[in-house]
Amino acid sequence: MSIALKVDGLAKTFPISGGLFGRQKAGVRAVRPMSFEVPTGETLGIVGESGCGKSTLARMLVGLLEPTEGTIEIEGKALDNADPAKFGRLIQYMFQDPVSSLNPRKTIKQIMEVPLKRLYGMGRAERDKRIGEIFDSVNLRSEFLERYPHEFSGGQAQRIGVARALAAAPRIIILDEPVSALDVSVQAQVLNLLRDLKGEFGLTYLFISHDLAVVEAVSDRIVVLYFGSVVEIGKAEEVFANPRHPYTKLLAESAPVVGRPLKAPEQKDSELPDPLNPPPGCAFATRCPRATDQCRREEPRLEAMGGDQYAACFHPL
Amino acid sequence: MSFLKLLFRNRLAAMGAVVLGLILLLVVLIPLLPLQDPDVTNTSNRFLPPLSDGHLLGTDHLGRDLLARLLHGTRLSLGVGISAALIAGTIGSAVGIIAGYFGGRADNIIMRGIDMLMAFPYILLALAIVAALGPGLFNALIAVAAVNIPFFARNIRGITVGLAGREFIDAARLAGMGHTRIILTELLPNVLSTIVIAMSTTVGWMILETAGLSFLGLGSQPPQADLGSMLGEARSALITDPHTSIIPGIMIFLIVMSINLLGDGVRDALDPRLRSGALARPRAQTLVERKGDIPTDDQKGLLNIQNLETQFHVGKRVYRAVNDVTLFVNPGECLGVIGESGSGKSVTALSVMGLVASPPGVVTGGAVRYEGEDLLSAPFESLRRKRGDKVAYIFQDPLSTLHPLYRVGDQLMEAIQVHHKMSDKEARAKAVDLLKSVRIPNPESRIRSYPHEMSGGMRQRVGIAMALANDPDVIIADEPTTALDVTVQAQILALLDDLRRERGLAIVFITHDFGVVAQLCDRVAVLYGGRIVEQGTTTDVLDHPAHPYTKRLMACVPELGGGKRRLEAIPGLPPMVSDLPPGCAFAPRCDKATEACSRGEIALAGSGTRAVRCIHPEEEIA
Repeated sequence: MSIALKVDGLAKTFPISGGLFGRQKAGVRAVRPMSFEVPTGETLGIVGESGCGKSTLARMLVGLLEPTEGTIEIEGKALDNADPAKFGRLIQYMFQDPVSSLNPRKTIKQIMEVPLKRLYGMGRAERDKRIGEIFDSVNLRSEFLERYPHEFSGGQAQRIGVARALAAAPRIIILDEPVSALDVSVQAQVLNLLRDLKGEFGLTYLFISHDLAVVEAVSDRIVVLYFGSVVEIGKAEEVFANPRHPYTKLLAESAPVVGRPLKAPEQKDSELPDPLNPPPGCAFATRCPRATDQCRREEPRLEAMGGDQYAACFHPL
Repeated sequence: MSFLKLLFRNRLAAMGAVVLGLILLLVVLIPLLPLQDPDVTNTSNRFLPPLSDGHLLGTDHLGRDLLARLLHGTRLSLGVGISAALIAGTIGSAVGIIAGYFGGRADNIIMRGIDMLMAFPYILLALAIVAALGPGLFNALIAVAAVNIPFFARNIRGITVGLAGREFIDAARLAGMGHTRIILTELLPNVLSTIVIAMSTTVGWMILETAGLSFLGLGSQPPQADLGSMLGEARSALITDPHTSIIPGIMIFLIVMSINLLGDGVRDALDPRLRSGALARPRAQTLVERKGDIPTDDQKGLLNIQNLETQFHVGKRVYRAVNDVTLFVNPGECLGVIGESGSGKSVTALSVMGLVASPPGVVTGGAVRYEGEDLLSAPFESLRRKRGDKVAYIFQDPLSTLHPLYRVGDQLMEAIQVHHKMSDKEARAKAVDLLKSVRIPNPESRIRSYPHEMSGGMRQRVGIAMALANDPDVIIADEPTTALDVTVQAQILALLDDLRRERGLAIVFITHDFGVVAQLCDRVAVLYGGRIVEQGTTTDVLDHPAHPYTKRLMACVPELGGGKRRLEAIPGLPPMVSDLPPGCAFAPRCDKATEACSRGEIALAGSGTRAVRCIHPEEEIA
């Protein structure tokens, strides 16, 4: 199986300016060095809570942010976005907010034409034909093309976002919270559409979300992020069913489920670590019931836990 | 069209447009008018008064016809002012867009240069430029334009910085666009309206500034007339023959006044907030215009909403947000209200205490009873005293409900002192107690924090503490955990559950999440298209949903532990409340729908607390 996307030691630190005369401080480590691979045709789910670095990771993968260290390889070649036309044909990004990712002053047709014109240099007749085909595959009516973005509901706007990403005919699509702005009844429509398109066009997905159940329903493998680091990777059906890292377990138990009585799964006053002043050792140690002195001193590395599951924990479950 | 309508609804702007239009018409018609040559001197006819024979407005100190000079001067001044505005607007906007789009070092260097320009008093700078280039109208134009570049640059840069971070710019980059193309086709159309507004409001100033330079003899050179030089030449005869200075003075006044009034009008009419009516100040209490009879008190619950109808009247359109909603909640009970966006759940909640913004909101029917008293007919003062004291709200986003400039402790104290006379010291002690009761660690030091210093979960705890500040009997929580992470949500839900048991609170919990309802609520009502489609105890509704919508909506929600799979989806979209279908609002999306479903009103049928609004229910309810 070929590797669509490979990330090695990728990290991002945002500098903090210390005022006019202040010296530069250490900075916020939004993404700590992380490595993983995505085989062609896989959907890799990435879950984590706000501030865990999932959007920073996504923006680095599509070249919108420069990594501080590490490398990104797409289909065996290092990420190179010097030529935007070439790069856009490899990887595309689908945005969280469907409406704000469409220019309010352009018609849908003008928006859809850009990737075809810039990336493939298609002529007018060819473009119209291709847009028609893409709109058919995402179940949008072609009369929408002359309208402006504000005339659409969230679900329709998100379909247009899908259509635009597809117009680039990329190999990989990064989906950054693609359904979190949508109502549940519409969310399922979009998720099913994404699933059908993946089979049809042979795509590879990176699916980023904070909703564990959604990620589990669409992914082959899942990466769990906490405070900028990977804490666990494994098969979708295993990660939440048999979590090895205590944080994954906490996440799985926190998700409200019909038929499970309400109980706070941890002490009521625990707080996330302060990114400006990160604790030494494991970032989860302050919230972890299994934490020992070793956890507060050393940073755990990702280690095999049997099967395809990996966890970064000294005392795995 | 709506732009012109809005513009002319503003009387002052309309007046400005008319005056400016007349002046422009006169100026354009100059070649056709029987005017004398403005530059021909006739010293024997010096200082003729207005209405003299052959000289309608009289003559100046060289015997030149004032009317001709005035119209030619006006044309020149307008031309110079408008060109200066165009030049300053183009250069300034270009600088602003480039600085705002590229940001970082480019932005820093450009904007510091602009700051340096601004550090000079503008007239001094203009004088310096004219001094360097030499006097003349063209050089005055350059000077006036240069002085006004910073105004445009700063304005446009501010807007561009906001736009450059938007997702559609990233999307354009990924679609293969280069920087120039992004600036020209993505950014420019979005800042164009601002540029036009800024120009229309500055043309007046530029005309004044050019006139000022000409007055000092640095602009137009004799014998060429512009309004400033006419004033300058007439200065020596100000006492003896005032009409020579009053006439150009009035013209300057008319031009600048009309341009400014029109410019302000254009700005207001283009402001999208004005269009949507958001700048209109809402009333302190929702408008109540009940058409039918007020329902009689049926003595249910502590808070009893009976047949509530709330609508939004925008222009000719009527949005029927809440239709015939009946709910009640007992002390110590938690009632869940579940629905998708646009189902009317939030408007129902806000209607209770008259918090729906009016205009455009109107309560058109029903009653809201608190301990039997109808809140909809209560006078504002009585309602105000109950807000927060008897019935309190918790909103979705604590960052936008807490005031960013006050410490959370001060905000809590204010909430207490509005309703109870209490010294600052007592109120502070109470605030600490409240923070302690919502499990905030170190409450003594936390009351000195500002909202931005707290995490989302901590802020929502403060929001809950504020709702608890006056020991209310009812709390209405509108999606209080939607903006929070799952681990934090679990903590907040557990806290709310504890509080209602400890204090016997009645909670109305509004959400879109079945999992949350299942864990917290005793009873639940499902809303669709502004109507209750099903209600009952939580276990009845979730285990045996009777309405097809409830059943299919629950199937849409993926549950943890199901593995990778295809999800059930409901085709179509939720209905628009401005255009509700007759009969069942869900019928167009329902696979059990028959003709009868869309024929007429369907009643909410059932017994006790269990009821469903469906002709073909999934399960017969007892």
